[in-house]
Parts: sequence; C-alpha cells; structure tokens
Amino acid sequence: MKTLIQSIRLTLVLTALLCIIYPVFISFASKLSKGKGGGETISVNGKVVGYAAIGQKFDQPKYFWSRPSAVGYNAAGSAGSNKGPSNPDYLKEVSNRIDTLLKYNPGIKRSDIPADLVTASGSGLDPDISPDAARVQVKRVAAIRKLDEQKVAALVKSHTEEPMFGPAKVNVLKLNVALDELR
Amino acid sequence: MNTELSGILVSFTITLLIAIPLGKYLAKMFAGEKVWTDFMKPIESGIYKLSGINPNQPMNWKQFLKGMITLNSLWLIYGFFMLMYQDKLPLNPDGNPGMSADLAFNSIVSFVANTNLQHYSGETGATYLIQHFVLMFLQFTSAATGIACAVAVFKALHDKTTTDVGNFWVYLVRAITRLLLPLSVVIALILAFNGTPASYAGKDQFISMQGDTVNVSRGPAAQFIAIKHLGTNGGGWFGANSAHPLENPNYITNITEIVSQMIIPIAMVLAFGYFIRRKKLGWVIFGVMTLGMFMLMIPTISSELGGNPAIAKMGISQTTGAMEGKEVRIGPMATAYWSTLTTIVSTGSVNGMHDSTMPLTGLWQMLGMMINSFYGGCGVGVLNYLIYLIIAVFISGLMVGRTPEFLGHKVEAREVKIAALVTLLSPFLILAGTALSSYVFTNHGAADWAVKPSAWLNNPGYHGFSEMLYENTSSNANNGSGFEGLGDNNIFWNVSTGLIILLGRFLPIVGPVAIAGLLGQKKFIPESAGTLKTDTITFGMMTLAVILVLNALSYFPALVLGPIAEHFSMLK
Repeated sequence: MKTLIQSIRLTLVLTALLCIIYPVFISFASKLSKGKGGGETISVNGKVVGYAAIGQKFDQPKYFWSRPSAVGYNAAGSAGSNKGPSNPDYLKEVSNRIDTLLKYNPGIKRSDIPADLVTASGSGLDPDISPDAARVQVKRVAAIRKLDEQKVAALVKSHTEEPMFGPAKVNVLKLNVALDELR
Repeated sequence: MNTELSGILVSFTITLLIAIPLGKYLAKMFAGEKVWTDFMKPIESGIYKLSGINPNQPMNWKQFLKGMITLNSLWLIYGFFMLMYQDKLPLNPDGNPGMSADLAFNSIVSFVANTNLQHYSGETGATYLIQHFVLMFLQFTSAATGIACAVAVFKALHDKTTTDVGNFWVYLVRAITRLLLPLSVVIALILAFNGTPASYAGKDQFISMQGDTVNVSRGPAAQFIAIKHLGTNGGGWFGANSAHPLENPNYITNITEIVSQMIIPIAMVLAFGYFIRRKKLGWVIFGVMTLGMFMLMIPTISSELGGNPAIAKMGISQTTGAMEGKEVRIGPMATAYWSTLTTIVSTGSVNGMHDSTMPLTGLWQMLGMMINSFYGGCGVGVLNYLIYLIIAVFISGLMVGRTPEFLGHKVEAREVKIAALVTLLSPFLILAGTALSSYVFTNHGAADWAVKPSAWLNNPGYHGFSEMLYENTSSNANNGSGFEGLGDNNIFWNVSTGLIILLGRFLPIVGPVAIAGLLGQKKFIPESAGTLKTDTITFGMMTLAVILVLNALSYFPALVLGPIAEHFSMLK
C-alpha cells in the first residue's frame, strides 16, 4: 500500500515536471524560431499558399509536379502507400505513372525518369523532388508557359539545394512560386 | 565523397563522440559519485519529499521489482481510462474521438512498455492532452524504468556480495532529471528551430496554388519527438512518424533524431563496464554489438541502394536507390541506415516506410528485432545481452568442464533456468503469434471485426506473411515499428499484440534483475588461473556465436516463408 501511494504521488510530481513545465518552456522558446513554433509558411502577395515543409498537390501541366502521394497531399493526415516491392497491383500503378509522364512530357526517354517521380513518399507530404525529377519536366513547363527553356532550366538550377550532407533536392512549392513570377 | 555516405558517417561519428563520455558520466552519476549535474540535487530532494520517498533506503531485488511493477501497473490503469475518455477531456482542438477499449488497451500497454506500436494515427487518434500527459509522460518514464532496472543489475554485480541493488525511485528519478529531461530540452530546441511545430495551436488551413483547401495538422510536437528518440520509444506525433516533413524537416533533424536514439543504448553498455570497474568488459560488449550492427546494416544499405528490380525492368532510372515510401530530403541511404538502427535499438520510429523496403531489407530489420540486443533499448538492451552472456557462460563452462562463473559468482541451475526461459520466450511469442494470426487470416477471413481478417494484408503472397511476422516480432521486441500496411486496428491485433508486448517487456526485465540479485547474494570467488575470462575478445565472439545460433535456429523457417521467399520470387 505504501508503495502504491508513493507511486501515485511520484506520478503527480513527474507529470508537473514532464507534461507542463518542460513542454510549455519549449513552446515559449519556439516562438523565437522562424515559423514561431507553428511551422514556416510561404506567402504570395500576402496570402499564405502553403507550408515550406509540406508538399502540396501539383498535377497541372503548367506546374512542376510533386511526387505521387498515398494521401493525396491531405496534410490533416499522413501515410505511405505501404505497398510491398513485389506487389503486382503496385507495379502496375508505377507502370501507369510512367506512361502518364511520357504522355505529358513529349521527347523524354524512360531512362530520364527518376524513381522518386513515380513512387509515393513515406509521409505522402514530401515537399521535395530530386533535381533529375525537376529537369525532366523543364521542357513541358517551358512549352506550356511559352518561356525560354534555358530560363526555366536556370530557375530549376537556382532552386536546387545541394547540402553538405544528404541528397540534393528541389522544393516544389518554392520552385512553382518562383515559376509564376518568371516572365 | 558522395553526400549521402558522408551524411551517415557523420551521424555515426557524432553518436560515438557523445555516447562514450555519456557512458562514463552515467556510471559515475548512478554510483552516486560527484558529477557536474549535482546542481539538480535540490530538485530531486523536492521530488522525493513530495512523493514521500526515502532516497537512502536500500532495496533487495524483490523490493526493487515490487516498486517497478506497482508504478508501471498504476500507469497502465490510469492511462487506459484517459485514452478511452480523451474526447471528454480538455486540450482537444481538433475534436478527436475517444479510443475503443481494445485500442486503448493496446496503446497504453504499448507506451508503458516503451514500444509505441501505435494502432492509431497521431493526427486523428490522440488529443494534445493525451499526447503529452499520457504518451509523452510514458516516453520519459518507460525509458527511465528500463534504465533503472539496468542500473540495479550493475549495482548487484558491482559489489562482491550484496543484497542491496539500489533504490528504484532514486534510479528512476535520476534517469529523468540528469539524463532524459536535459537532453530532451536540447533536442526539442534543435527540432523547433529547424521547423518542427512546438506550439499548442491546432490545425491550420490554407488554399494551395492549385486552389485546393488543405488542412495541416500541427501541435506541440517537438517536445514529444525529442523524448521519442532519446528514450528509444519511437511513437510518432504524426501518423507517418519521422518521415513526416514536420516531424523530421531536414537532414540536420534527421541526424539529430538518429543520434539521439543511439546515444543512451550505447552509453549504457559502456556504463556497465565502468560501473562494475571492468572497463574492458564494457568495451568488448560494445565491440560485439557494433560488429552485429554492421552485419545487419551493410546488406541493408546495399539492398536499398540497388533499387527495386521489378521497377528497374520498366526502364526508368533508379540512380539513388529504391524510393517507394522514402523522402527525397533524406534519401535511400540514410533511410536504410535508420531502418537498421531503429530495429536494433528498439526505437521503432521510421523515416521511411518499412513495408515498402526490399525483401532482404525486411529480413535484416526483423532479424535486428529478433536479436534485440545489438545495443538494444534504453537499459533493456544491456539486460537482453546479459541473458545471452549467461547462456554463453554456461555453454563455455560445459565445454571446458568447470562450474560456470560470471564476475566472481557461480552461475548455477536457477540462474540458467531463468535465462533459458527468457531466451525461449521470444521465439514462442513471435512464432505462436504469427501462427495464430495466419490461422485466423486463412480460416476466419470473414470474422466480423473492425477490419475483417481477409482485409488485413495490404500486399499479397509472401509479403503479406511478412506483414504479420513483422508485427509480432516488433511487439515482442518492444520495438513498435510496423509493416504499416497491416490493418491492425481491430480487436484481434489490439489484444494479441498487447499481450505479447506486456510479456515481452516485463519478463525480460524481471529475469535479469532476478539473476543479478541472486548472483549478487552469492559468495564472491576471487579470480584464479581457472576462471573463465568474460572480458576477452574470444569470449565476446563466443557470445556472438550464441546469439547468432540461437536466433537462426529459432527464426530461420519463418523468415524463409516471408522475406527470403519474396526475394527469390523477384529474381525470376
């Protein structure tokens, strides 16, 4: 009985320390961060068009496309497809995505298509694509917008982040925001 | 050098640079020697006073376990009701519903047992109040429980002859005030300043560039994610765990999270050596574990970088590796690296979906969890390894025809029996659980549960079997990751894995504490020429052989039916 009462009292004391003091302190400290503790947003003309870290659906031909998503870029949830590598339905789906890309991007070869553009991400909210995935779309985007291909390619290049550690990437939202501003 | 490879080399180097001094510090701190964190003493005294605890009271191993079990049982009951009625409680800005009884049972067991299997999804399944007051609370305390029990074993084996294994409350409180809490503050701040939300604001809404209305789940996540890794818990704030771009926004946070889940397991191994004043033993154990880690990690990385052979046939470019279920900012190599570590240290957080990894990657992931002692979870990793050590001592003793001894104490029938029982428990739970679920899947496919058994599997064939094997393995190992395609939120999985977690957590803790308590009470035998030396490389290799043989014998048939068969089917 004594042990039980000690347990109850200790639980209460630790709750105050771990569930109130600690998280509230961090929450206050995070107000000093870029997104003020709520995540960093991106605005165009003063209107929030998205979160820098959260991918959004881009499937219109005039934009650079994001990766396929198992949750349709619904950021109220998150999930991968959880399809196994040998699943025949899944392989069919990938094959269809390749066909779609070939259809919308005339002039590209199969071997130009990088895997990330035809596979779903782990979160379903991947904000990035690989530099290859952006490059393969340059021709299409430039043609639809009647822009100089070189100019669009240069935009992709300037939006390619090559960190010291980890893979190179292109943030799709930032790229498309800049694309809309391109004349 | 390739930036992905340098990324993981940097991760591992930082891990060692932190873990090694941390190990020395933990040994001193738990032994009660002077350390720089002694400024926490007044806070600790306050905690003891408010809780009515006498920190100077010695405990024998039975009293120690009584405290541990009472406290953990209290959390089980309290948390169960909190989860069921979370919708009636405050701090629920997103209006999430209460949990069903079976889901609440599974979730609370899973968090008390440092497993974090999560049959719910963070965004919609738990309120902020629950995430902090129940789940995050348990992420601290379950890790501290494991650490406290490991320190009790250190203490029992340190003294020549003793009945005192130390005070449970003191170890638990110190693990929090002088290890978990201060480090969590540092990690949470790193995350918060790299873009992880930390404020209590609820969902946000915006209109995307293509005109879709998007809701974004947020919340005080950085606090939770810090201890989730540090305490080898693994439960995500968001459903997609550390693959979620708010939970793991960039490569720096990825390194932070992977380092933070490794440092305590490694430090505890070294602390063992320092605490019992057999530094060399600690280093030999560390060496064996590190070797084991590389044996699992190298083939994992190579299988992911190779890409999916079935997709390669379609003629596209997989220059970086297999990308299904992975994030571009993290990349296949760091995802493979993480998947090995999260399965060997029993964290179970993921930065990419394990269900979509290559068949052989799945094999190494499962094997890591089956062995469960290459570093292992917070505190419990050392305890699991101790069981293998006792078996190795016993077998070596038989081979040379002497009474087996460990650290100056005779290892006799009672201790070996406990060790053998704990060793046999894992294959029993994993294989019986998988057999039962396979039986239900094939024979009772139409059972009227929340998810019908016929709809459990997200993938057909061998991979479907792997989903069930993985779930049972993860539960027994208190890992908590999953082949998440499995439809697991229904009464069958909630109850069966809940029971497996409970047994897989507490028996492997009680066993080693009892063994150490029993050994510690025995007469001390000074080392002589005839003593089997346990801190040599030869004995280290002997232990590794015991680990590999035991696990191969137990699991090979099941692994053949799942990942190995799938691998060969893809080569056709």
